[in-house]
Amino acid sequence: MSYVLGLRCRECGRNYPPEVLFVCEYCFGSLEVIYDYARIRKVLTKEKITKRPKNLWRYRELLPLNKEPITGFFSGFTPLIRARNLSAYLGAKEVYLKDDSVSHPTLSFKDRVVAVAISKAKEFGFNTVACASTGNLANAVSAQAAFCGLRSFIFIPADLELAKIVSTLIYGAQVVAVEGSYDEVNRLCAEIASRYHWAFVNINIRPYYAEGSKTFGFEIAEQLNWRLPQHIVVPVAGGSLISKIWKAFQELYKLGFVEKPRTKVYAAQAQGCSPVVTTIKENSEIIKPVRPKTIAKSLAIGNPADGYYAVSVVKESKGWGEEASDEEIVEAMRVLAETEGIFTETAGGVTLAVTKKLLAQKIIPKEESIVICITGNGLKTQDAVIPQLKKLWHIKPTLESFMETLKEHT
Amino acid sequence: MAVKVLIPTPLQKLTGNLPEVEVEGRNIQELVENLEKKFPGMKERLTDEKGKLRRFVNIYVNEEDIRFLQMEKTSLKDGDEVSIIPAIAGG
Repeated sequence: MSYVLGLRCRECGRNYPPEVLFVCEYCFGSLEVIYDYARIRKVLTKEKITKRPKNLWRYRELLPLNKEPITGFFSGFTPLIRARNLSAYLGAKEVYLKDDSVSHPTLSFKDRVVAVAISKAKEFGFNTVACASTGNLANAVSAQAAFCGLRSFIFIPADLELAKIVSTLIYGAQVVAVEGSYDEVNRLCAEIASRYHWAFVNINIRPYYAEGSKTFGFEIAEQLNWRLPQHIVVPVAGGSLISKIWKAFQELYKLGFVEKPRTKVYAAQAQGCSPVVTTIKENSEIIKPVRPKTIAKSLAIGNPADGYYAVSVVKESKGWGEEASDEEIVEAMRVLAETEGIFTETAGGVTLAVTKKLLAQKIIPKEESIVICITGNGLKTQDAVIPQLKKLWHIKPTLESFMETLKEHT
Repeated sequence: MAVKVLIPTPLQKLTGNLPEVEVEGRNIQELVENLEKKFPGMKERLTDEKGKLRRFVNIYVNEEDIRFLQMEKTSLKDGDEVSIIPAIAGG
């Protein structure tokens, strides 16, 4: 049962049928899935959602599938944690972490979008899936393609973290290391997508794929007992997640599940790649692409496809944008681990570092509720933190050696 | 002054499903004009009413984004490869 009415161009408003289309033929604007909310309102209630299995499909009326999903049965519904230790560290009253670092099966929020994309690709009859990826998407596509018996081709920048490469190859995917930046990989994949009949999850399946990100927002609302936070800090790479969290809040409002969204949305980027934040700060009309130079490789997109929408969400919600340096990112990763026992990847370091700055600048008032989005796991970006870690104690296997060493250090 | 142009799927209807065409042009602006002559309808897809490239259209000359070069004025020479690409989601 689908409640999808069709696809609509976000730029010029032209309507399209819900097929394998991803940009408007007339203006190249991206296509957005449009739903029949009046019908959804008749069938979906908060109580109904609450009783369903704890995965992203509990919001399936708001996701663009016609048939039953084929993957993602353990993806989503990740913890929303009231982070008391971190609150104390930040001097803020009510801080929550939406923690997708423990997402099943590949430890990032990409499991959500891929669950939708692969189910949709199968509906469309594809037998090969592919993606251009900075790593997390690579892991999610290769794992879920393996589970669904689909062939997968994964295109990555050749300088990607080893952990992200290993955790893609293990599923039997064909990984193609491209000598270039992510933006170059993306361009190449768009060219490949025009020649081969493959489902590129973030290219020709994009309108459906991107809808999966809404579940991150739905869950935050549900886990706050159908309230929305006053502030939310979101990492921005291509700008899709931040736009979809906002769409999720608006949809829940349309269905009468939450009050009118007053959440202020903040874009968090790394200093070495902050085209969206720069546009927000300069109040500019155009987003200038940049050549990324940052340890936050999962956010290193210099030419963000949904950048304009990210900027407009921030403006519409009266939020703001801020950036973090590589040092601040690593420091924040360490702080999160030492206060909450959560090891996030560099992107999580970016959101926390930015939250800290926004609090210090009093842009976010310290007595209001804040959700910090943690979208990936630190095991994948270990190289970034190694220089900041405590030194090991090397000892002989004797009690004496241990006691001596302990004495030396205390 | 023939330049190879890679045509993205959404524009292939205009080129009779050809994913690759050859067009003349000393710079991007001229190339767009000549694309229009050969494949009517192309110009309004790529540029807005004022003749500026639409914000979701990315154009590359030999793999380089023209926003890092001289935008529409980026010059072209024989044998260059131009790729027209819609903006793509991240990952």
